[in-house]
Amino acid sequence: MKLGLALRELHRSENDLAHELLTVADRHKVDHEIFYIGRDIAAWSQHHVTEIATIARDYGEDLDPEPQGEPALMEKVWERTSDVLGRDSAPELLLLRDLRTVYMKASGVSVDWELLAQGAQGAKQGELLEVTKRCHPQTLRQVRWANGKLKETATQILVS
Amino acid sequence: MSRTDRIAEPWGTRTPYGPGETWPARVDTYLEDGVTADDVDRWVQSATILHSNGDGLDIAVKDGRMVGVRGRVEDRVNHGRLGPKDLYGWQANASPDRLTRPLVRKDGELVEASWDEAMGLMVANAQRLLAEQGPSAIGFYTTGQLFLEEYYTMGLIAHGGIGTNHVDGNTRLCTATAAAALKESFGCDGQPGSYTDVDHADVIALWGHNMAETQTVLWTRVLDRLAGPNPPQVLCVDPRETPVARAATVHLAPRPGTNVALMNGLLHLVIANGWYDEAYVEAHAVGFDELRERLQDYPPERVSTICDVPVEQLHEAARLIGTAERLLSSVLQGFYQANQATAAAVQVNNLHIIRGMLGKPGCGLLQMNGQPSAQNTRECGADGDLAAFRNWSNDAHIQDLARVWNLDPMQIPHYSPPTHAMQMMRYVEDGSIRMMWVQATNPAVSLPELRRIRSILSQERLFLVVQDIFLSETAQLADVVLPAATWGEKTGTFTNVDRTVHLSEKAVDPPGEARPDLDIFIDFAHRMGLSDKDGDPLVKWHDPESAFEAWKECTRGRPCDYTGLSYDKLRGGSGIQWPCNEENPDGTERIYADGKFWAQPEYCESYGRDLVTGAPLSPVEYKALNPTGKAVIKACEYIPPHEIPSEDFPLQLMTGRTLYHFHTRTKTGRAPQLQAAAPDVWVEMSSHDADLFGLAEGDLAQIATARGSVEAKVRVCGIRPGVVFLPFHYGYWDTEGGHEPDDHGRAANELTVTEWDACSKQPIFKTAAASVRKVRDADGPAPAPTTTGSAPVTGGVPPTRGGPDALSDEDLTIVPEGLR
Repeated sequence: MKLGLALRELHRSENDLAHELLTVADRHKVDHEIFYIGRDIAAWSQHHVTEIATIARDYGEDLDPEPQGEPALMEKVWERTSDVLGRDSAPELLLLRDLRTVYMKASGVSVDWELLAQGAQGAKQGELLEVTKRCHPQTLRQVRWANGKLKETATQILVS
Repeated sequence: MSRTDRIAEPWGTRTPYGPGETWPARVDTYLEDGVTADDVDRWVQSATILHSNGDGLDIAVKDGRMVGVRGRVEDRVNHGRLGPKDLYGWQANASPDRLTRPLVRKDGELVEASWDEAMGLMVANAQRLLAEQGPSAIGFYTTGQLFLEEYYTMGLIAHGGIGTNHVDGNTRLCTATAAAALKESFGCDGQPGSYTDVDHADVIALWGHNMAETQTVLWTRVLDRLAGPNPPQVLCVDPRETPVARAATVHLAPRPGTNVALMNGLLHLVIANGWYDEAYVEAHAVGFDELRERLQDYPPERVSTICDVPVEQLHEAARLIGTAERLLSSVLQGFYQANQATAAAVQVNNLHIIRGMLGKPGCGLLQMNGQPSAQNTRECGADGDLAAFRNWSNDAHIQDLARVWNLDPMQIPHYSPPTHAMQMMRYVEDGSIRMMWVQATNPAVSLPELRRIRSILSQERLFLVVQDIFLSETAQLADVVLPAATWGEKTGTFTNVDRTVHLSEKAVDPPGEARPDLDIFIDFAHRMGLSDKDGDPLVKWHDPESAFEAWKECTRGRPCDYTGLSYDKLRGGSGIQWPCNEENPDGTERIYADGKFWAQPEYCESYGRDLVTGAPLSPVEYKALNPTGKAVIKACEYIPPHEIPSEDFPLQLMTGRTLYHFHTRTKTGRAPQLQAAAPDVWVEMSSHDADLFGLAEGDLAQIATARGSVEAKVRVCGIRPGVVFLPFHYGYWDTEGGHEPDDHGRAANELTVTEWDACSKQPIFKTAAASVRKVRDADGPAPAPTTTGSAPVTGGVPPTRGGPDALSDEDLTIVPEGLR
């Protein structure tokens, strides 16, 4: 059985997604919705990290239940820069790039959850399947959010 | 006939009535000193314009001047009554400081100009920007004060002519969540309830809605029920001790920002007690199982901790709404301008859906508005929606709109949700919107975080046009100022909260060269050479009535169907509720009777959004969720507010309105009786907090947040401890500062946070972390009314009175025929 391996990979990718969301939120503080919602839905991934670490013990994996912390100091500097650069539209291209990254990473996490759910079903692991049912829908909402924000902001950024 | 001081008695004399009876008439009249009804030359039909209630009234005209107003006894909305703002507010029309000529900025100063020069500048700038950047450079920031014909014309010019997606305005601050919540639950905008539900209800629940001050005449109707036999019970949810709270059977004063937790807790109890209509839910709704599962996380004990509301009160409130036989709900800014706005308002919809309380007498659901014609911005596509509730993500709807407008569908922007007001400001900030046309509203006082807004609006690179009746704070920052005619000086229609359409006729000429907003829009369209796909003029009408006829065609077959209405039909008699068409020639009192909705995938206005992230659902997702167009029950988890009290800012600040003023006092500050009743800003706090911070009634305090500070005198009142309240009406036009603070801040929005509900995009005004400190001792009581939510708890404050200048007539002897 390779469910432990799948859980380890998901633990890594959720941590990475949470970190990415927090970083993007800080970097685009002047785009207030990106800032606030980015942080709200980063919390979902952080919660998933804990859930994954808890269930992973049943599969012999020792994973850290504590999600990775807030972005480090250098990344905080971006936040300041964001305030200064708020008066220019060129950095908005950066927003598209960042949302694209979130979209790709969240999509990757979604695939990981799907794989895990398939494995859990095949191995008749009821508890594990329940975890995927609780968490995966939130990942899909993260994907939709990134996609929606991309659509909403792309036109203005690309044509002006 | 009796004479009543309607400043001292805002709701006037009681006319009690029982359930199912007709609300008795009471005709309110106020005429200027020395004028009697016999002196009046003409009575000109209109409706009230300083709130959203839509009370029918007649304007008294003598020698070509407005001299007063009188309620229309035959009108279904008010049966003759008027509120204080209506009785006295009309006087502002004749203020000597009305704008009478266009102004243009030359060498940094606004100077008088001709219409040709002002419009020429606008056209030159618009055409330059279209050539340089395209439609994305131009934004329209509109209002909730214009008439239907004007919104429709403006929406056509912006969406169809210019082709910009940037069309929104002040209604984003007031009614956006009402529309969003209705779209989430019913797939479409459209008010389920009717004001006549007050006549039948046995429980009236007011969710964050201080109806006594925002819709005084509707509250008068409630007061008359309360004074009659078998009165309804009232549930009030409000952190302030408002007149509604004082009349309530149960008053819940939750911690600001926790509405979703509260609603989840109440719904938890309603379902746990089996107080829901299983058959109705089964037949007419989707999503109930998800709701029930979500609510398991919200037992009363947990909700009590989150909201700081006693468990017993939760049980009492749940029993009230759970056992009501005819439940009327009304929702407003306490939900709409708060944390998780749409999610909270949707839970009220859920309550009515699971109890099957829709579309029947007394079973009303009112997702309210604040502004007189906010409803029309939503219908006409002036607030970011498309005309006649068409769905921007349904290609067939875009093609249909293109057919009505005779345009190529590509010309109408529909590639993404329309840009909301706060995002428009962001685009002005980043320099990608370079021309903005503000109409009849005052963002330099009404938007959150004013220091930021002022710096955005005063940028050199922005070409700012302001169309208004006075030189507002925003107008002072403009490059071009257009003097507009207002209510009573032009003809048009507008629609109130319960879908009642009124005709408002021109009574007097506008001052100087001021022009009706409709004329200004049409003139702009022609000067721009805007045309349809055959090269004919885009705007094919020339006056209000021809605009209305064009609008009717645009609404044919849509939920807000106006095809059965006409100016002739609206003249005389009462206002009429849409949909009004061949099947419903007298209008429609209640929609959603028999569990039929406008939610079918091919017909609905919206596929909905994620209540937390705001991400729009795709057509495919919606079809899977709701293939046959039932009501949609949407559950949502509680998420705490983003800004919570801290050591430096230990209090929660809410802003809001008082009964005597409207918005930034553009009109009400120029009506002597209203201005005297609430002449300056104050801050409300509980006696607990006053003791804690060493403050007493009338002391001058500084209130600060991370964004700025204001000074205001303290009113110690019945507000929830830990919460302070500032009225948002007081800007700078009548101070030395002109458009900005002189020595210290006065506008509540110096303090508010730039944040909005992700679903409705309505800014959050009810949860900012704040501090308070004393500046100096009192030299008298705070300038706050005693008749309202700001009623003092300490003695020695003289009661608010209007005196002889505020005496109005009340006639209780008229019994009109055929009143509903």
